[in-house]
Amino acid sequence: MTEGYRHDVPGGAAWSLTLRRGSTLRLEALGTDAVASMLLFAAANPGERLNVPDTLKAQMSARITPPMVLMSDLGRALASVTGSSLDWHDAITGHSIDADLDRFGPSDYGRDRNGWRRSARSLLLDELYVHGLGERDLHACVNFFAKVAPASGERAALAYAPGHAGTGDWVRLRAELDLLVVLATAPHPLDPAPHWDPAPVRADVAAGEPGPIPADDPSMTFRAESARALAAAERSLL
Amino acid sequence: MTGTRETLRLLDVTVAAGDGWIGEIPAGGRLRIVDLHGNQAVDTLIYDARDTANRYSAVDTVRAQGAVYLTTGSVLRSVRHDPLATIVDDTCGRHDTLGGACAKESNVVRYGEHTRHQHACRATFLRYAVTYGLDKRDLTHNINFFMNVPVTPDGGLTFADGVSAPGKHVELRAERDILVLISNCPQLNNPCNGYDPTPVRLLGWAR
Ligand SMILES: [Zn+2]
Repeated sequence: MTEGYRHDVPGGAAWSLTLRRGSTLRLEALGTDAVASMLLFAAANPGERLNVPDTLKAQMSARITPPMVLMSDLGRALASVTGSSLDWHDAITGHSIDADLDRFGPSDYGRDRNGWRRSARSLLLDELYVHGLGERDLHACVNFFAKVAPASGERAALAYAPGHAGTGDWVRLRAELDLLVVLATAPHPLDPAPHWDPAPVRADVAAGEPGPIPADDPSMTFRAESARALAAAERSLL
Repeated sequence: MTGTRETLRLLDVTVAAGDGWIGEIPAGGRLRIVDLHGNQAVDTLIYDARDTANRYSAVDTVRAQGAVYLTTGSVLRSVRHDPLATIVDDTCGRHDTLGGACAKESNVVRYGEHTRHQHACRATFLRYAVTYGLDKRDLTHNINFFMNVPVTPDGGLTFADGVSAPGKHVELRAERDILVLISNCPQLNNPCNGYDPTPVRLLGWAR
């Protein structure tokens, strides 16, 4: 059994991996304002996927923060956020789109070669197609390392927080089911930086125990709702 | 009988508490949703009627308008960032984009095992979606018209008593031919509807 591996995802790239139940994925920002826009699917049935509304409302939070559980649309825990140097990861503003690239000027492969600028949407779709998935499977992502806070007020206007993540900031997930993880490292769509310089993200994958989660695990004790989603994941594997 | 609108009426239906509806509104047409008894959550999904993969996107809508809640002037955008519909009239004031729909499985997570066999929005969505050849993969993070889901600057999120009232309405103008899928939420476990799902009325005009 392999102990684990490391993979650095360049800025402005896409990547996908399968993560076995019990294994962990630690992401580390290798620069300021790094973003990992992540989609999650149950590997056994990609029709079951991350559901941001269920995740947020069940845990009464408009942000992703440890020890929250990332929940599927079938009421199961997909992954637990077991630790992070940051207390806020964005899940309400989605991935960047091609129009977000306009301010950087024209880019094409002929001139920019592998520096060709792509939006997170294009990158995620390319990666989904590889797995036989597509636009219908694109769902609200978690933008790890990004913070977009709602203001108080009638409309809850949103403000992107520049510099929220710096080199060395990290987040760690534990897979609660066998997962397909798809991510892109394009700049956050609300990042106003005028220059294209997306930071790389380091991924460390480590094998873990797929056994029952201890009753005193922080994600278990966080909220009754989190525990029920974890119990549903565990029960479904019996 | 008198106004132009009257002669172009497309629909006037009452959706019972816990029931659903699906139908097309042509480009330039309007759909008004009336909260007949107040504080009823109307879970709504919108698709490009000619290409249903080009569907409503909560995150693109929220990001493009730079605010969480929907109200008059909000443009409801698709995954390709196309305008699907615009809210042209709103006597309620704001509508939820974050709460999504209820499902039996998420009810169990939120409220406990005793809610497993309660009626829930996803079943209603699917029952109507299949009549248009859509299935679970076509369901996404929906709008909850009339629902109050306060978010706070420190990242809190709760469900609260509604801000709607009997007779309040919201009206959409279709920016292209759209397919609208509605679940009139049967949720019995949270205060957004006073624990009492009630009927809503849908009025549609071709322009
Ligand atoms: Zn519902």
